[in-house]
Amino acid sequence: MPLVKNGKIATDIFVHVPDGAELPGDGAILVSAARFLEDREALLRRPGNLGVIWPNNRDVDDLVPWLDRLAAVALVFPTFRDGRAYSQARLLRERHGYEGELRATGQVLRDQFVFMLRAGFDTLEAKKQSDVEAFAVTAKRYSVFYQPTGDGRLTALNRRLQQRHSESAASE
Amino acid sequence: MYAYDELDRTLINERVEEFRDQVKRRLSGELTEDEFKMLRLQNGVYLQLHAYMFRVAIPYGTLSSQQLRRLAHVARRYDRGYGHFTTRQNIQFNWIKLAELPDALADLAEVGIHAMQTSGNNTRNVTSDQWAGVAPGEIEDPRIWSELLRQYTTLHPEFSFLPRKFKFAITASAHDRAAIKIHDIGLRLHKNAQGETGFEVLVGGGLGRTPFIAKTIKPFVHGRDLLSYVEAILRVYNQYGRRDNIYKARIKILVHELGIEKFAAEVEEEWRAMGDSALTLDDAVIEEVRSRFSYPIYEKLPHMPEELKKAAHDGVFERWRRNSVFTHKVQGYAIVTLSLKPVGGPPGDATADQMDAVADLADKYSFGEIRVGHEQNLALPHVAKRDLPALFKALDRIGLATPNVNLISDIIACPGLDYCSLANARSIPIAQELTRRFASPETAELIGRLHINISGCINACGHHHVGHIGILGVEKNGEEFYQITIGGRADENAELGVLIGPAVPFGEVADVIEDIVEAYLALRERPDELFVDTVKRLGVEPFRERVYATR
Amino acid sequence: MTSPLEQKIRITGPSIVTANRTFDGAVIYRNASQGWSTELAEAAIVRTVAEARALLAESVADDIGAVGAYIAPVDINDGGAIKPGNLRELIRLRGVTIELPVPA
Repeated sequence: MPLVKNGKIATDIFVHVPDGAELPGDGAILVSAARFLEDREALLRRPGNLGVIWPNNRDVDDLVPWLDRLAAVALVFPTFRDGRAYSQARLLRERHGYEGELRATGQVLRDQFVFMLRAGFDTLEAKKQSDVEAFAVTAKRYSVFYQPTGDGRLTALNRRLQQRHSESAASE
Repeated sequence: MYAYDELDRTLINERVEEFRDQVKRRLSGELTEDEFKMLRLQNGVYLQLHAYMFRVAIPYGTLSSQQLRRLAHVARRYDRGYGHFTTRQNIQFNWIKLAELPDALADLAEVGIHAMQTSGNNTRNVTSDQWAGVAPGEIEDPRIWSELLRQYTTLHPEFSFLPRKFKFAITASAHDRAAIKIHDIGLRLHKNAQGETGFEVLVGGGLGRTPFIAKTIKPFVHGRDLLSYVEAILRVYNQYGRRDNIYKARIKILVHELGIEKFAAEVEEEWRAMGDSALTLDDAVIEEVRSRFSYPIYEKLPHMPEELKKAAHDGVFERWRRNSVFTHKVQGYAIVTLSLKPVGGPPGDATADQMDAVADLADKYSFGEIRVGHEQNLALPHVAKRDLPALFKALDRIGLATPNVNLISDIIACPGLDYCSLANARSIPIAQELTRRFASPETAELIGRLHINISGCINACGHHHVGHIGILGVEKNGEEFYQITIGGRADENAELGVLIGPAVPFGEVADVIEDIVEAYLALRERPDELFVDTVKRLGVEPFRERVYATR
Repeated sequence: MTSPLEQKIRITGPSIVTANRTFDGAVIYRNASQGWSTELAEAAIVRTVAEARALLAESVADDIGAVGAYIAPVDINDGGAIKPGNLRELIRLRGVTIELPVPA
C-alpha cells in the first residue's frame, strides 16, 4: 500500500491483521477495534508495536484510556466524502494529546491530503501510487489558512495582528 | 465593503490553481467523475440539463462595482451574456464549459471573487441582510461577523465533508431580511444587558422534503464565542448527522430526531470540552476585521432636497420612488432596490450590459457598492436622495426600474426544469405569466405586499414553503402540475405555508393565483391588511373554496 | 448516490442513453458505434432492459468523455424519426423553453 509518513514516501512497517487471523510473533500490527477491545490485555502485552483501526462511526472516547500504549491509531474514510474521521483526528490530537502515529485509511486521495495533515494525520495510506508521488507538491498547495487546528500553523487573522504589531513597533 | 488583503487573495489564487490541476486531471482521466464530482461541487460547478452551471459566491451579498463588472465579463466571455442572482445572494452562470472554468475563476480571483464552497456538503455562503450597514435601527453591521464566519468556514479541514450542505444567515435588524429561521444556523445579532454584542443562535432550519423552522439553541452567545460555539455545533453534526440517506442528512433532521434540548446539551458538552479555545475572538481580532470594512463618507444632506421636490409631479417617478426607495439610516440618503423582475422576464436575471450599467451607476450614485438580496433583486445602498430622479431615468433606460418590489410580481423563482436536472417542472414560465397577469402597477399596489415563491421541485430552492403564496412543481404522469400553498413567511415570524388543495396543471396556475387574489381582495378587513395576515386571520378554507369551487 | 448501473432500469418503449459531454457539458447521445453524438437522430435505440443495461454500461465506462449517463425514453414517429420522449428530454434537446435574456 502506498504510504506517506511524516511527509515522505515510506514503507509500511505495520501489518494489517484481519480479525480471526493469528497474530505474528513480533513486529508492528494493526488490528480492528473489535479485536482490540476483546483481546486488549493480550495485545498490549505482545512484543511489537500495536495499532488500532478505529471505525468512523464510534466515539474515540472509548479508545482514549489506552492511547498512551498505542503506537498507531488508524482512522477510516469509507469514501473520501465521509468526513467523520477529520473530527476524530482533531479530538485525538488536540483534546486527548495523542502523539503516536495517526493514520488515514480508506479512500485516501491526493485532494484531501492538506485537510488530513491539518487535522493531525501524519501517515496517509493513499489509494494511488501517483498520489503518493505527488505528495510533496500537493502538501505545498496552500500557504494561507483561516482556522486554527492543532497543526501549529498561524491563522491569517493572527498573521495580520502580528503584522500590525511589528508595523507599530517599527514606527515607534 | 470589505477589502481583501494579500492573505485573502493568496488563498483564492491557491484555490484556483488547485482546481485548475483537478480539472486537468479529470479531463485526462486521472480522476474519475466519482472522485471529481465533489471537488467540482466545492468550486460551485453543477451539471445541469444542457451544460454546466457555475455558482459564484457573493459573500453576504456585497459587491463592488469593479467586481460586478468582472461578473459581466465572465457572462460575456465564458457564458451567454447573462447571469442569474439566487436566493442565497450568489450568482449563477448556466452555460459554462468545464475546460474554461479555471480561466473564469482566475479572472474572478483578480477582483477578489471566488466560488469556494458554493456547492457540496460543506459550509456555504454566509448570507445576510442586503441592507446591512445602512438599515435604520440596525444594531450593528452584521457583515463584520459574516466575514469572520466566512473566513472561519472557508476550507475548514474538519468540516469540508459534512453529511450534507450547511447554510448560515445573519441578521442584525428587528425585521429579518435574511430569513435566518430557514437556515441550518441562523444568527440574530443583539446586545446583552451589559451592551455587549452577541447572538441568539438558532439551528435546524431548512426547507426541501422535510421543512423545518429553526429552533433557538442558545439565546445569547457572546461575540467572542461565536466561532467556538459554531465549531461545537459543526462537530456534533459532522459526527452524528446521518450519512445513510441524503434526504435525512441535514442538521434539521438530527435536531428533530434528538430534540432541541438534547441537541443543545450535546453541543454544550462539546463546547465546554473545548475549553479555552483558539477560536475565541478577542477585541483585537474583531477590530482588525472591522477596520478592513470601509464605509462611505456621507455628506450632510437635507431630508428633502430640491431635486426631489421638483420631481414630485412626475407620476411615474413617484410610483417608483414610493415602491423601490427605502429609508437610509443617514439623513438625505436612501437605499434603492433594483427590481430584476420585469414584466414577462425570468426573475432574477441580469444581462452583462445591465451589470455593467449598474456598476457605472453604483460608481456615480452609491459609492461604488451594490448589494444582492435573497429575493433576487439588486440594491444600491448609499444613494443621495437628490440623485434619485437622475438614477431613476438611468435605471428605467436599462429596464431595472419596474416598480414592483415586494409586490405580487416580485416573484422569487428557482431556475426550474428549463435549466435544472433536479426539477420536475418549469418555474420560469409560471413566473413570467404571473407577471403578465399582474402587470398593472395599480393592481399590484392595490393588492399590496405579497410574496410569491416558485420551486420546480421539492428541493425548494425557490423557498416556496415560506412564500405568502408558494408554488411547487411536481410531475404527474409526465405532465407538469403545481401544488399551491398559502400563508408562509420567511421573516422573524417565519412559518410554513399550508396546501390549499390538489395540484393543478401548468395551464391553470395563473388562473388559480388570480382566484386566490380575488378572494383576498374580497375578504380583507382593510386595504392595508396584508394578504398573509388575512390568511392568518381566516385560515386556508375560504381560499380553498374559491379556488376549487369550479375545479 | 446509486451508480446508474445499479439503478433499477425500466423500459416502457424505445429508449436511448444520454449524458453530458465532460469538457463542456453539452448534451450527447450514445450511438451504435461505441461513441457519442450531439444529434438525437444518431442515438442507438434499445428496447429491452438487457439492451439498455448493456448500452448504459458501455456508456458509463467512458468516464473521460461523458458524465451522468442515463436511460431516457424516446418516441419514434411515423417517418421513423427519433423524438424526445418527455418534456425533460425535449428541453435538453431544444434548449430552454423561454427566451434567453440575451438572444443567442
